[in-house]
Amino acid sequence: MSKIHVTTTVNGDPVEFLADPRETLLDALRNHLDLTGTKEGCGTGDCGACSVTVDGTLVCSCLMLAAEANGKRVETIEGMAGEELHPLQRKFIEHAALQCGFCTPGILVAAKALLERNPDPTDTEIRYWLAGNLCRCTGYDKIIRAVQDAAAEMRGAA
Amino acid sequence: MRYHTPTSFADASAIAAGAKGTLRFLAGGTDVLVQMRAGMVQPDDLIDLKQIPGVDRIERAPDGGWRIGVAVPGIVLGAHEALVRDWPGVVEGMNLVGSTQVQGRATLAGNLCNGSPAADSVPGMVAAGAVVTVTGPKGSRDLPVEQVPTGPGRTSLARGEVISAITLPPRGKNGGDAYLRFIPRTEMDIAVVGCAVNLRLEGDRIVEARVALGAVAPTVILSEAAAKAIIGTTLDDSALEALAKAAEGEAKPISDKRGTKEFRIEVAGVLARRAAKIAYDRAKGLKA
Amino acid sequence: MARDDVKTGYKLIGTRPNRPDGLDKVTGRARYGADFSLPGMLHAAVVRSPHAHARIVKIDASKALALDGVKAVVTRADLPTGLTGEELNLQDNTLAGEKALYDGHAVAAVAATSALLAQDAARLIEVEYEVLPHVTDVDAAMAPGAPVIREGVADYSVPEGMNGNVARYMEFGHGDVDAGFAAADIVREQTYKTEATHQGYIEPHACVAQMGEDGRGEMWVCTQGHWYIRRMCASVLGIEAAGLRVTPSEIGGGFGGKTTIFMEPLPLALSKKAGGRPVKLVMSRSEVLRATGPTASASMDVKLGMKTDGTITAGQVFFRMQGGAFPGMSPIGEALPCAFACYDIPALKHEAVEVIANRPKAAAYRAPGSPMAAFAVESLVDEMCRELKLDPIAVRLKNGAKNGSKSSYGPVYNVIGLQETLEAAKAHPNYAIPLGPNQGRGVASGFWFNHGGETSVSLAVGEDGTATVMIGTPDIGGSRASIGLMVAECLGIPYEDVRVNVVETGALGVNEPTHGSRATFASGKAAVESARQAIAEMCRRAAADWGIDAEAVEWKDGAAHPAGPNAGKHPPMTIGEIGSKMGSTGGPISGHHEVTAGGYGASFGTHVVDVEVDPETGRTTVLRYLVVQDAGTAIHPAYVEGQYQGGAAQGIGWALNEEYVYGTDGRLQNPIFLDYRIPVASDLPMIDTVIVEVPNPGHPYGVRGVGETGITPPLPAIASAIAGATGARIRSLPCSPPKVLAAIKAKG
Repeated sequence: MSKIHVTTTVNGDPVEFLADPRETLLDALRNHLDLTGTKEGCGTGDCGACSVTVDGTLVCSCLMLAAEANGKRVETIEGMAGEELHPLQRKFIEHAALQCGFCTPGILVAAKALLERNPDPTDTEIRYWLAGNLCRCTGYDKIIRAVQDAAAEMRGAA
Repeated sequence: MRYHTPTSFADASAIAAGAKGTLRFLAGGTDVLVQMRAGMVQPDDLIDLKQIPGVDRIERAPDGGWRIGVAVPGIVLGAHEALVRDWPGVVEGMNLVGSTQVQGRATLAGNLCNGSPAADSVPGMVAAGAVVTVTGPKGSRDLPVEQVPTGPGRTSLARGEVISAITLPPRGKNGGDAYLRFIPRTEMDIAVVGCAVNLRLEGDRIVEARVALGAVAPTVILSEAAAKAIIGTTLDDSALEALAKAAEGEAKPISDKRGTKEFRIEVAGVLARRAAKIAYDRAKGLKA
Repeated sequence: MARDDVKTGYKLIGTRPNRPDGLDKVTGRARYGADFSLPGMLHAAVVRSPHAHARIVKIDASKALALDGVKAVVTRADLPTGLTGEELNLQDNTLAGEKALYDGHAVAAVAATSALLAQDAARLIEVEYEVLPHVTDVDAAMAPGAPVIREGVADYSVPEGMNGNVARYMEFGHGDVDAGFAAADIVREQTYKTEATHQGYIEPHACVAQMGEDGRGEMWVCTQGHWYIRRMCASVLGIEAAGLRVTPSEIGGGFGGKTTIFMEPLPLALSKKAGGRPVKLVMSRSEVLRATGPTASASMDVKLGMKTDGTITAGQVFFRMQGGAFPGMSPIGEALPCAFACYDIPALKHEAVEVIANRPKAAAYRAPGSPMAAFAVESLVDEMCRELKLDPIAVRLKNGAKNGSKSSYGPVYNVIGLQETLEAAKAHPNYAIPLGPNQGRGVASGFWFNHGGETSVSLAVGEDGTATVMIGTPDIGGSRASIGLMVAECLGIPYEDVRVNVVETGALGVNEPTHGSRATFASGKAAVESARQAIAEMCRRAAADWGIDAEAVEWKDGAAHPAGPNAGKHPPMTIGEIGSKMGSTGGPISGHHEVTAGGYGASFGTHVVDVEVDPETGRTTVLRYLVVQDAGTAIHPAYVEGQYQGGAAQGIGWALNEEYVYGTDGRLQNPIFLDYRIPVASDLPMIDTVIVEVPNPGHPYGVRGVGETGITPPLPAIASAIAGATGARIRSLPCSPPKVLAAIKAKG
């Protein structure tokens, strides 16, 4: 089975790798690029643990072939913090918005994409935007509060 | 598996026509990749349509309708203000498919070709009178959306044929459409019942209507009886009652893990009433 | 009131510092089960039965082994024989023997150079089955004529004449129930059913394992208890426990489902066959749902007698529970004692049977048995409260267990907080909010025993006066933070100066898993004892330096002080000073404590939920939700709230939408998150919490354990709220819209 040469940008870094045509972007991130912060919870697009952005659009990396990422810009949880944590990351820790933490990377990536589109969302807008990010530990309460607090801080900082 | 990235529909069609084993087209991939992951489908050839110029575009047709590329994802449809103004029901159907993440990828054409009786975008397209353009080895042909799916997981497209565009008719004046579905949760579920209503008014009176029901038969039902129940009325209580009865009468569902037959029939009537009211209000300009 | 608002004299306990693992978890650096890789690593895939019940006639792996890059195939023939009891059950569940017993039962495993290749190879392994009659429903499995799926599962407890699928029988009680029912004004009897649900942790099971031909190996695995993994893998594979070193990864949720093995022996066996190359095995979501350990399904008869003033005179239950194709897994032994644990009733009779069926081997799920029992008993209490027009909280206050009550299952309650939770719920503003049309309110209480268990903890003082704590209970919900707080409180040093590590099986004595709500209680208690040992030693070092008796030294604020004027005038000697000199004052300073921890205290909770039901579709919306629960002491209140909220959310899912759906072919119909419907963010309101604190005298800081009780009340509370909204009572979970709509229509 011949492999496909994929050239792409991940978190600003140029990368290339050989992918089996059946491999997903999630497989490539985790197995070829050692970016294991992006998680697989279901492999069917139902849990959001594998959320990344591709050319700025939030997607499930399990529902995209690695080959489709050729020439695209991919952003993962590993690219979220600069020298300092992103406000969402900091607020998630402060609000105890994570327990096991497995869904956390996907939720942070998704929440960041939300706040870039809508800096002042209602609770309901956050809940519907994150409906594809399953969390089994928290009941979502503290996640919603953390996103709201981060959004408020980011609005103040802007 | 061979992964193909043709740059024209003619090429895509030629690759498909020449493929011997299991073949799938890839637009958003939100169904195909799930089926591959589950081992339900192991394609020998996968044809990615996204390198074909124009597939990511939404264009106003000369007659005032809309031509939608096969790789336009839900999130782009939802953000297209003029399209949403014309066909809110079609767009809201598509936007109900999956999560925000899935909206970043899933397409109308893919939702249609997956052949699910419960596909959320299909009743809205059927009610709107949408038409697909099919490119095949012998050229192109146009087909009403309702003639594409022929049963769960099956379509009327021949080997080598591929949908190359979806066209919505001009909205015209005093029209409105709406789509509602029933799911047990608030998001992320497959429709247990879906209903789209598209209508046009003269004054307060409905002069044209199309009602489509999803997930209550092997394919989406375009119900003439339901349309007749409201044409000529002002959607008063008796018209709504007649609409519900007609929708219940048309529904031929099965019982499965997502709902019972009795429930689906009952809720088909409920959704028909509710969707008709929204479409009516939209036609009156009362509601977005 | 949360500890934040109470003056206790504690400096750190009751505060909300950042958790130590938070930074790794928000940056993607935290390593979970599937995140480990080793040089030369192979990938495994598992062949699973598509039949609910089938004899395995033949397994032919020749085509798979002929593929380039396929390194090993393992079937039952590769595992040792002669196991008995639960060890045999574990082995049978790891790889089917003569028969596949449920849809998804593992039949063979293969290792290859890539995950895709392993999956391809698994598809090439040909298994010939002879399909046998199956049964998946609990009542059907007990019915006359049901296929008996395994011969001889009944133990000594099963009375003569019961169906061959009945594996266990239990009964106990006290008082004269006949006299109790005779004394009641109304006696009501109903049958309730709950479907099996899954823990639904977002991280699928995953491990990397390596084993050489000498039977010695190593494993990295997501688990709630790595000593259990070690013992069980050693049993199944016939190797020595000491030969296997198991390191727990970060764990992406467990809720009881990761306290046992499912596929973990397979990569070890494959590794051995593949010349000792490490093997990674990661389950898919559908494998998790089909072939790990959901909870039991239950069918339950309840009978209660009540006077018109709400006094409960007698109660009786008969529970039937199936926990899959293996005996010992349905939680009748927990469900029965939980049934009336919230009440002080003069006459009670409990009976239960465990039934086996063609379903996966059940595992623990958050308060195993208690949610089902609560659904049955609390639902009937609510039905009778509505019939007699009595306030449900008043009836529970009247009949509820108190300090000194003899519990329904025998022991006397020492200090418990049920009444306090009921009072707090009654006083909460949510309980007074007026309800609109199609809205209803439900109330229920819940209980969990909590647990102590085998515990081994070490603590080492660093040269700079910081402390490292080694615990053996994997941290799922923030226990490193709470244990760090307790150790820092005890040592009198900053929270940031304590690092708590979950260490591997080679580093401590045997620890039970993080189960039974025991981690913060038992590892915390042992950590405090370890700290106290280190303090005693530090006092001795100071005493030696000062030339006084160790008894004349006291420890406060992170330093040794002369205990009184007679001890002489010495400036305090800090932990940092003692640590910096320890090499020359007697050597390393550490503490260690190991115990089968006693003194655990039960946690009671009371929930109040308001729902609205769409009368035309039967769809339920949760409008507001209140959890009140006794924490004993809330060490880190944010993580206590998190347990309350998470438990409530799981209970809401169980009540409304989650269920295992088996087809007539005995196959699981919904093995993906699309159709196994756990609550999504938009399904839930904010979940209000009240932390009641009635300290547990059996713990140095009053901890009870808070993880489990919270999943229990939502099942009956939601069904009761739906009854309030619609007048229709759902006695069979989930309260799915088709069921609710049918009940509304049946009521007319």
